[in-house]
Amino acid sequence: MLNLKIEREPAPLWLRLLIPVIAVVVTFALVSVLILWAGASPFDAVYQLLIHPLTRTSARADILMMATPILLTGVAVAVAFVCGYYNIGAEGQLYAGAIFAAWVGVNAEGLPPVVAIGLMLIAGFLAGMIWALLPALLKSWLSVDEVVTTLLLNSVMLFIVSALLNGPWRDPVSGWPQSPTIALNAQFPVLIARSRVHLGFIIAVVSALSVWWMLARTRFGLELRAIGKNREAAQFLGIPVRRRVLTAALISGGIAGLAGVGEVGGIHYYLIGSLSPGFGYTGIIVATLGALTMPGVMLSALFLALINRGAISANRELDVPVYLSDVIQAALLLVTLAVLLLNRYRIRWGR
Amino acid sequence: MMDSILVLIGAMLRIATPILFGAMGETLIERAGVLNLGIEGTMLLAAFNGFVAAQLTGSLWIGLLAGALTGVLLCLLMGGLSVTLGLNQHVSGLGITLLASGIALFAFRILYGGATTPPALADSFQPLNPFPNTILTPVFEQHWLTYAALLSVPLVTWLLNRTTFGLRLRSVGENPEAADTAGINVYRMRYQALILGGALMGIGGAFLSLAQLGAFAHGIINGRGWVAIAVVIFGNWQPNRVLAGALLFSGVQALQLRLQAAGVALPYELLLALPYVLVIAAIALVGRNISVPAALLKPYRREG
Repeated sequence: MLNLKIEREPAPLWLRLLIPVIAVVVTFALVSVLILWAGASPFDAVYQLLIHPLTRTSARADILMMATPILLTGVAVAVAFVCGYYNIGAEGQLYAGAIFAAWVGVNAEGLPPVVAIGLMLIAGFLAGMIWALLPALLKSWLSVDEVVTTLLLNSVMLFIVSALLNGPWRDPVSGWPQSPTIALNAQFPVLIARSRVHLGFIIAVVSALSVWWMLARTRFGLELRAIGKNREAAQFLGIPVRRRVLTAALISGGIAGLAGVGEVGGIHYYLIGSLSPGFGYTGIIVATLGALTMPGVMLSALFLALINRGAISANRELDVPVYLSDVIQAALLLVTLAVLLLNRYRIRWGR
Repeated sequence: MMDSILVLIGAMLRIATPILFGAMGETLIERAGVLNLGIEGTMLLAAFNGFVAAQLTGSLWIGLLAGALTGVLLCLLMGGLSVTLGLNQHVSGLGITLLASGIALFAFRILYGGATTPPALADSFQPLNPFPNTILTPVFEQHWLTYAALLSVPLVTWLLNRTTFGLRLRSVGENPEAADTAGINVYRMRYQALILGGALMGIGGAFLSLAQLGAFAHGIINGRGWVAIAVVIFGNWQPNRVLAGALLFSGVQALQLRLQAAGVALPYELLLALPYVLVIAAIALVGRNISVPAALLKPYRREG
């Protein structure tokens, strides 16, 4: 009788390289049920999702614009996850950065743009760090699980944003719950003419590259990876585990804060409650799909942005609800996690 | 004065209902060693499926069943990922929340288009009123599901502490290796906890669409799943204390609604945020002394 054997062996290289492809194919096969339900052909939908956006200049620019916040949150999440700190709070940290950035931006009248934008970035990074500080301290002092504290602080942050926008920051002119518009000199320059790709994209790429360098080339990065691989062994080797994890958590919060700065400074020019449709959570998908490595994170941020843009095309051309991209991204996350097991196990057919 | 206190208590119980269902489900699941962050999306999709099933069949009971089944199915998916495949529970759970939310919003668009006003049921569960026209009316005029939610607390307590099933469930959440040695099938136990807990979560979601609102809207769950997780920790995984946490949370929320309705100029968001802060403070104060199930988050792998 033929039976399936699963052995704990590293998979051969060709299989490891094939994993993302398998994951994408399986995901689209699963999601095609929803596409058929929406009355469209899955093949047309795949074309609209993955190919069509790449054929147009404006859509290609949109992809870079859409990749900006999720690349930053993806990098933020990856920095924390690498050392085993499960920061689920990127969403709240993003809003913290957005609040500070909006405050600096509104009050930046008369400053040279470089100074205004520089101050916004610093303030946003600091704000993200501050919002990440409490769970990080609780983790390192009291070993309180960070998942729940960071998750709950996301809700608290949404209330703070709402309190600000309905209270002191309510736009005095329109009366809408949105902050005043930031000064003209604080608005991010646009990188590509007639698009909304802004300075934030460069900041995101620079952040990813810096973190890449930090993880690969510095002692601190090496220690973080060691802690993530085996906490006890790292402790035994004399690495100050708690301090390193605390630092990584703060860097993570700061980078997530930058994502909020980018949305305020480059897209909306004011703070609103719906600034982020869950970029912090998407960051978890980006980081996981990228296997917590920076080249992977950059690729997966671009890929998810492609799907987001493609979903808009699919919505226009095929009338498939735009929420398709949410479903695909979540399904891709779960399928990838499952398929990644192939990395660790070898499947054998034998007698 | 007395009147408004009674009204407040009534509102508190109503607000606590979905949170209690979710929290009791989560308690069962976590006591078996699985942290299910899928709860938020599970409750949303259950609210949606319950609503759609009730609208299609005209039966609220079938709607409720659909909600419960949705909860069970999504928790089985959680089991497949985190119990069978042994994947990271945080990421699997969040993935399920994102997936279920995405599916609910996608399906809403297909079935109801871009409707700006949420579609409503012709007929939803009506509150019971055992003491009509008395001072007690505002407290006891509740949906039967609210009574069921309150009743689920002693039931879960009994199940966990007084039955063999509960003993086994707790043992796979505390020390799966020992449980396995004692002949308990760890995987099966965890799946059973997930099925029961999933049904409770699903009912909690469906309560909102079938009873409290009689309609479905995108923001119908609005973080109640996360609140459920918070009160489970706040309650130290003990059903009675989880109930206390849920009542505290909904009590503050009821007070906030009342103050807002009375036109008291208060930044009501800060009151809304208060329970979250309290939970974090409670976790921090109790710190390491909380009796988190020892095998929570740890996938069980059988050797050999």
